[in-house]
Amino acid sequence: MATKVLMEALSPTMDEGRLVEWKKAEGDPVAAGDVLAEVETDKAVMELVARGSGVLLKQSIPAGTTVPVTSTIGWIGEPGEVIPTDGAAPPAKAPARPLAPAASAPPAAATAASIAPPSAGRIKASPLARRMARDQGLDLAVVPGSGPEGRIVKRDVEATRTPGAAIPSYAFAGTGYRDEPLSQIRKTIARRLAQSLGPIPTFYLTTEVDMERAAEARDALKAEFGEAGQVSFNDLVIKAVATALRQHPACNAWWQDDHIRYWNEIHIGMAVAIPDGLITPVLRHADQKPLRVLGAESRDLAQRGRDRRLTPEEYTGSTFSVSNLGMLDIDEFTAIINPPEAGIIAVGRIAETPVVHQGQVAIRRRMRLTMSCDHRVIDGATGAEFLRTVKRMLENPLALVL
Amino acid sequence: MAAYDLIVLGGGPAGYVCAIRAAQLGLATAVVEKEKLGGVCVNIGCIPTKALLHSARVANLVQHELTGLGVTVEGVSTDYGQAMKRSRKVSEQNSKGVEFLMKKHKVTVIRGTGTLVPGKKVKVGTEVHEARKAVVIATGSRVKGLPQIGLEINKTTVISSDEALFLEQTPGTMAIVGAGAVGCEFADIFNAFGCAVTLVEAMPRILPFEDAESSEAVAKSFAKRKIQVLAGAKVLKATVGPTGVTLEIEAGGKSQMIEVEKVLMAAGRAVNTEQMGFKECGVELTPQGFVKVAPGTLETTAKGIYCIGDVAGPPMLAHKGSREGVVVAELIAGQHPHPIRYDNVPSVTYCHPEVASIGLTEDQCKEQKLGYQVGKFPFSANGRARATNETEGFVKIIRDTKYGEILGAHIVGGHASEMIHELAVARENEYTVEEVDLAIHAHPTLSEAVAEACLDSMGRVMHT
Repeated sequence: MATKVLMEALSPTMDEGRLVEWKKAEGDPVAAGDVLAEVETDKAVMELVARGSGVLLKQSIPAGTTVPVTSTIGWIGEPGEVIPTDGAAPPAKAPARPLAPAASAPPAAATAASIAPPSAGRIKASPLARRMARDQGLDLAVVPGSGPEGRIVKRDVEATRTPGAAIPSYAFAGTGYRDEPLSQIRKTIARRLAQSLGPIPTFYLTTEVDMERAAEARDALKAEFGEAGQVSFNDLVIKAVATALRQHPACNAWWQDDHIRYWNEIHIGMAVAIPDGLITPVLRHADQKPLRVLGAESRDLAQRGRDRRLTPEEYTGSTFSVSNLGMLDIDEFTAIINPPEAGIIAVGRIAETPVVHQGQVAIRRRMRLTMSCDHRVIDGATGAEFLRTVKRMLENPLALVL
Repeated sequence: MAAYDLIVLGGGPAGYVCAIRAAQLGLATAVVEKEKLGGVCVNIGCIPTKALLHSARVANLVQHELTGLGVTVEGVSTDYGQAMKRSRKVSEQNSKGVEFLMKKHKVTVIRGTGTLVPGKKVKVGTEVHEARKAVVIATGSRVKGLPQIGLEINKTTVISSDEALFLEQTPGTMAIVGAGAVGCEFADIFNAFGCAVTLVEAMPRILPFEDAESSEAVAKSFAKRKIQVLAGAKVLKATVGPTGVTLEIEAGGKSQMIEVEKVLMAAGRAVNTEQMGFKECGVELTPQGFVKVAPGTLETTAKGIYCIGDVAGPPMLAHKGSREGVVVAELIAGQHPHPIRYDNVPSVTYCHPEVASIGLTEDQCKEQKLGYQVGKFPFSANGRARATNETEGFVKIIRDTKYGEILGAHIVGGHASEMIHELAVARENEYTVEEVDLAIHAHPTLSEAVAEACLDSMGRVMHT
């Protein structure tokens, strides 16, 4: 009689395992003690051995699948034996979202009436959008609809697939991101830290930046180019963050519950206060645009944000955010992460401060940056290295021109 | 000084529709109009030409298409002057209808020429009216000759549609310059009333913006009715005399002389942007001369001043202007209107056979390197068309290979203008060819050809 092969608890704390690789093919003879498969536990990759003999009748789950301990992953029996139908295939632990191209746009202060409320029951979508989503393995439940009454239409499916695709003056090629399944250690970190600190286990890193050279650069640009050379400190910070993210892609990512999406594109959300709340317009491909363009765009987006004239595409899809309260005389603060992003930098005011500079006490313009990090995605050192790069760039603003 | 929430400059199909929608939404609204309400469309455009085309259609029917119908008509004659008078009546009825609508919706009509004054004000005569919320520019467009080739409109031998619509009788010979919708419609009309028509088009084919197959079908039908078509033609020289015009035209590598009683200029329109205070109020124009508007909101470069219709840019079509009017009224009233899809505006030419289209032509699909499949169904295979002697033409559907999205639809044939809307609804709601076919089409109707063309695009056509 055919017997099940179960996902075994290979470590005391393991409650699910990822089948890394089958070592026996269907139809291969198996003896008790043979290695059937490699399984990744919360600690390591281990071997799963056969408990009985015969042939491997069926591999019930493909390599790469994660299932809870005690799930059936295969069958061993006599050649040609029929597998009982009741438990033929174990339910693979249903991922909360399909691993493929699903992307939930961050719910950045959704105020426009055209945004769909979280879907309750039937999902409204055009026949064309349904066909495209089906073809691309996209779950319509995660697509924000922009059609009449929040109906999902073609452009929504396209936008979900390639956020930030529609920028007239700049054409960007290539895939926008790389999805990486969670390793067991990342899963354990995520689970344990979320238990401790709430759904987004956040930690904070603060650094003080010397802004003397940035201020000089800003003055020089203005003197040289007049109106066209006007760049705000905020533009400089955004440019520095975007440029630094290019060097630290680990911080440019979305937490997606069952995987992490590492973005190849850099879209910076910029928190803007509006009369009864806040909105986060997105500077797309901020790393690739010159400061002048970034500055013009951010002013335009901020103004239209205050006028409530932004389209949903303009305030969704950011990969990292910046919030600035310096103009309100705040020295430093901690900003709240805009999920599913993994980090946000809070910008304080630029203050003249006595500091030791080249062995002398000098009065220098200084600014504090505080980064909030989602520990499920960004570890302490990872965030610190990124923040140090931002600091160095601002202290040597020529780096932003490169 | 009278004050309103909204003042609309121009009472054409864009302006008056905007005013009605604004009034429905509770805004105190005024329309400024210097001539008759309804604009070019109602008075010297869409509506009177449709009346004349109906006369032309009946003339052709009685003179050429009664064979075998069991109806004999003797002593047939045509009278363009009579048809013209009827077309004027139809226009007047429509213009009166618009006047009635203004009253019904409590829209104030201010008679006179309006000029923008800074601060959302409009001056008419000596009086200044103030708009609390917004001013909407809907000043439209007018015909324009081609003085650069010696064909300036003189209103006697070189005329525009403005004069053609008021002729007491048809000339014996006429050249029509420009074979877009206007040119083709007038060619149809004057031919039916016994005029020898030569249709001159600079582009390589008539109806140059329609699908090439549509152009071909109409050209074939025109040739049968002895309308001479010169496509890819260049007017080298025009000699305008008191009783006629001599044109030297180069087409197909050789030049020829044509003598005609009248030349009808059916190419080019100019938008009405002059001497209305636009510049003084900060309303900027595009390099092409249209009013510059923000996409989506249609607001001009001056805050609180919007622009709709022909003067806001192409396509210069009444129904596009009307929809812009609705959208702007709703925006001003603080609503969130359904955005206009400019790629989903149907285009119709009412000559016989009619030509209607929406979306991309096959050539455009090729240029954009889209993966597409064509489905086609001829009316000669449609039962209703055979029964009513309307077997000219076809339905052509171009669909996306992968998802079945309807990229373009082209109909040539009787009532094409009425049939195109099934595809407009389908495209606006992103139905694919499959959904169009799944809706049951009544039998026998011409519309069955639409469903069949959709099936054909999927390789499943039934009746050919």
